[in-house]
Formats: sequence, structure tokens, C-alpha cells
Amino acid sequence: MKRVVITGAGTINALGFDVADTFKAMREGRCGIGPLEFRDVDRLAIKIGGQVHGYEPEAHFNRQQLSLYDRFTQFTLLAARQAMEQSGLEFHGELADRSGVILGNSGGGLNTQDENFRAVYEDGKNRVHPFVVPKLMNNAAASHVSMEFNLRGPTFTVATACASSNHAMGQAYQMVRSGMAPVMITGGSESMLCFGGVKAWEGLRVMSKDACRPFCATRNGMVQGEGAGVFVFEDYDHARARGADILAEVVGFAMSSDAADIVMPSKAGAARAISGALKDGKIAKERVSYINAHGTGTAANDKTECAAVADVFGAHADSLMMSSTKSMHGHLIGGTGAVELLACIMALKDGIIAPTIGYQEHDPECALDVVPNEAREATVDVVMSNAFAFGGLNAVIALARV
Amino acid sequence: MNVKDQVIAIIAEQALLEPSDVTLDSTPSDLGIDSLGLVEAIFAIEETFDISVPFNANDPTEGDFDISSVAKIIEGIEKLKAGQAA
Repeated sequence: MKRVVITGAGTINALGFDVADTFKAMREGRCGIGPLEFRDVDRLAIKIGGQVHGYEPEAHFNRQQLSLYDRFTQFTLLAARQAMEQSGLEFHGELADRSGVILGNSGGGLNTQDENFRAVYEDGKNRVHPFVVPKLMNNAAASHVSMEFNLRGPTFTVATACASSNHAMGQAYQMVRSGMAPVMITGGSESMLCFGGVKAWEGLRVMSKDACRPFCATRNGMVQGEGAGVFVFEDYDHARARGADILAEVVGFAMSSDAADIVMPSKAGAARAISGALKDGKIAKERVSYINAHGTGTAANDKTECAAVADVFGAHADSLMMSSTKSMHGHLIGGTGAVELLACIMALKDGIIAPTIGYQEHDPECALDVVPNEAREATVDVVMSNAFAFGGLNAVIALARV
Repeated sequence: MNVKDQVIAIIAEQALLEPSDVTLDSTPSDLGIDSLGLVEAIFAIEETFDISVPFNANDPTEGDFDISSVAKIIEGIEKLKAGQAA
């Protein structure tokens, strides 16, 4: 089996327009969540989110591209360009034929859907733009990445709600590890912050009106975010041979299904994914010193997640750190695991653990070291990132320093 | 139908019971209504009475709207109707 390393990373999210700005915000414990700005926001009960502000699509894409790129595709391409540039890779010949793109996404082009439903239902129009379908399909981003960088191998989109990106990165990892592909572009994106997107979430009554405070006794729900995270997963020997900079090594992955409830998480399902990733990477649990939590800030997730981690790690659970960066960038749904993997890379590369901000009061049901409010310096060896989706679908990935 | 009968009808439908099986002192969990069922019942109540119910599924017992029994739910709706009509 091949070793798999990360040789490029890119992002755009509420904390920054690239990886360096995002790391800086995470180090400073800055909150990217604020008032939402889009049409009809006054008709929403939930008016906050981790929205990308100050982003000008026209600065990055021409008119023809914008007629085909929904906001989630734009975010993906911007992040992919950064990751590709950092990796220094170019795809020609056999390398191009065997390398591909696997991205996580849940809602597809929800802004495109929202705008066009509004046009036909509310405004009574009988005609929509000819590219509505290729713009809103949730594989559009993966396809455009493959086109822009000439990636002609396995390319598809994974949709498992809040675990989409972790499932996507797990697939990419397995393809490189098995030798099926020398390089895979992976990660995910989401852009659900539009009237219909937030209105639908409001209905579930799990959204907070003021802030995302994971693991805090006063938490009152989740807050949505948007953006993308894209990575270059590469065969270690291939990366070494060309002298590439290595950000981290992917060392384990596992997935599980609760097979229980469509929204309520299960401790057993989460624990099986976490312990499965340890087993997959033959990782002694004492080596894990940081977990980027799923940590949504809902009552149900946070206590279930803490119980699962305590179950898997036993006494070691008390000495590891587990933070939820959703407190800063919000919950990017299908893109969330990708942006959260950045916190894992920062922990390994820079020795800085991103905090759980907004933390006010200890909750005995979430009694782990959640790195409250302030980033912390620590030398870490192995880190993990959890994702537990609606539908009971869990995916956990482990990274290590090279 | 008065508020009481309407609420009982909504709750009975959610619990897959006959309205006669729903008593004023029943709690949602007595009737087998889980958290998702409760969210759906609150939605039906809002639509039926054209009110907004302050309810957060993260902590159903903490909000201003008391859902500890059918009687309390009816009481809460009466209060909201009076307040939000004014």
C-alpha cells in the first residue's frame, strides 16, 4: 500500500480568502459569524451565519464562467487554484489520465435554485437561463476542477450531508493508497446561505439566533457557514521524487452508519468510526493529541460526540484536546470537513491548536479539554477530524506529521 | 373546533392515536412523540393558529413555551394568540 500525503491546500471561508488568513484567524480565535446579507433576510428568524463577505466574483471569473459557476463552484475553484499552486503539480499524459477529483457537497447550487425558483414562482417568469441545470448540479464543482486542471481520472461528488467532505477525502485517500490514482484533488464546498437555504434549516429548530457555542452549557444550536476547502492528496513516493513540500500525511480513515435515526446521532455509530480510523491506521490511541470535533453546538451532537470520544479513548480522553472550529467559521455542511481539516494541518505543521470560541460555561456532559476561547501551542503527533452527518453517516480521518 | 380540540387533534395525529386517547395531562413522551415529532407538532400549531412559537429543539424545556403537558401547550397557545394578535 502507498503512503498518502497532502501537498497542497486552499480555502475560502468566513475567516479568510486563503489558508494563511484562515490559520491567522484560527490562531486569534476570531469569529467569522455575523449578520447575514442577502435578499429577504428580514423574513428569516435566523439572521446570522458564517458568510463570505467582500468577495467579488467578477475579480476571479469572466462573464461566461459566471453563467456556469454557482457560488459553491466559484468557492471550489478558488480553493483548488490555491491548492494546485502550492503543490506545484501540472497534469499531462498518464498522470492526468489517472488523477481525479472527489469533492463533498450537500446542497449543490442552492443559490441558483433559489434565484430561479423565485423567478418562476414569485416573479411569474416563464423562462430561465439555459444553464440552470449545469450550474446547480452538485457535481458541477468537481467537473470544473477537472476541466481547469486537466484531471481525467476518477471524478465525482459525494453527498452525505455534514460528512460529505470527510467521505470525499476518505475516498481520495483510499484511491491514492491503493495505487489506483497517483494524485487526487479532494475536499468540499457549500453555499447554502440564501433565503431558501436558511429557511429550510430554520424549520428544524436547531439553529442558534446568537452564536455557535459548541460544548458550552449555554449552547443553543448550530450556525451555518459557507466556503470551500480543497487539498492535493498525493502518493508519498511521487511527492518525494519531485521534491514537493509535504503538509501532512493521511494515516487513517473509517466510516460507519448508525442505522438508527435520520437526525439523532448515535454514540455507538460515532465511536465505531473513530475507533475504525485508529484501527485502519494502526494508530495507538495515546498518539492522538488533537481532535477537530464535529462540534455543531446542538444539544444532541455535542454530548453524543463527547461520550463517543470518551468511550474510544478511555482515560486518554482526559489528556487530549478537542475543539470545534465551527464556533468561528460556522457549519459548512457538505464543505465543513474540508475547512476543518485545515485546523488539523495547522496543529501538525505550526503546533497551534485552534480554539472553541464563545465558550462560557462548563457542561458536565461535555467534560473534555475543548481548548476554550484561546488557541494553544502544543506539539502534536497524530490528529483526527470527526464528521457525523444527518442520516447517521459518520466519517473520521486521521493525519500525522511526516 | 376550539383551541383545545384543535391541539388535541394535532397531537393525536402526530402520535398516531385517536383524539380520545390524548388527555390534558399527557406529556409528549407519554404519547410517544420524539424530538422530531415535537418539532412537527409545533409547526402544525404555528400553521393552524398563525402564531410563532418560541421553541428550540436543542433545549425544549428551557424556552418560554411550556411543552410539559397538553394542557400547558394549550395554555401557551392561548397566551401567544392573545399577545401576537395585540
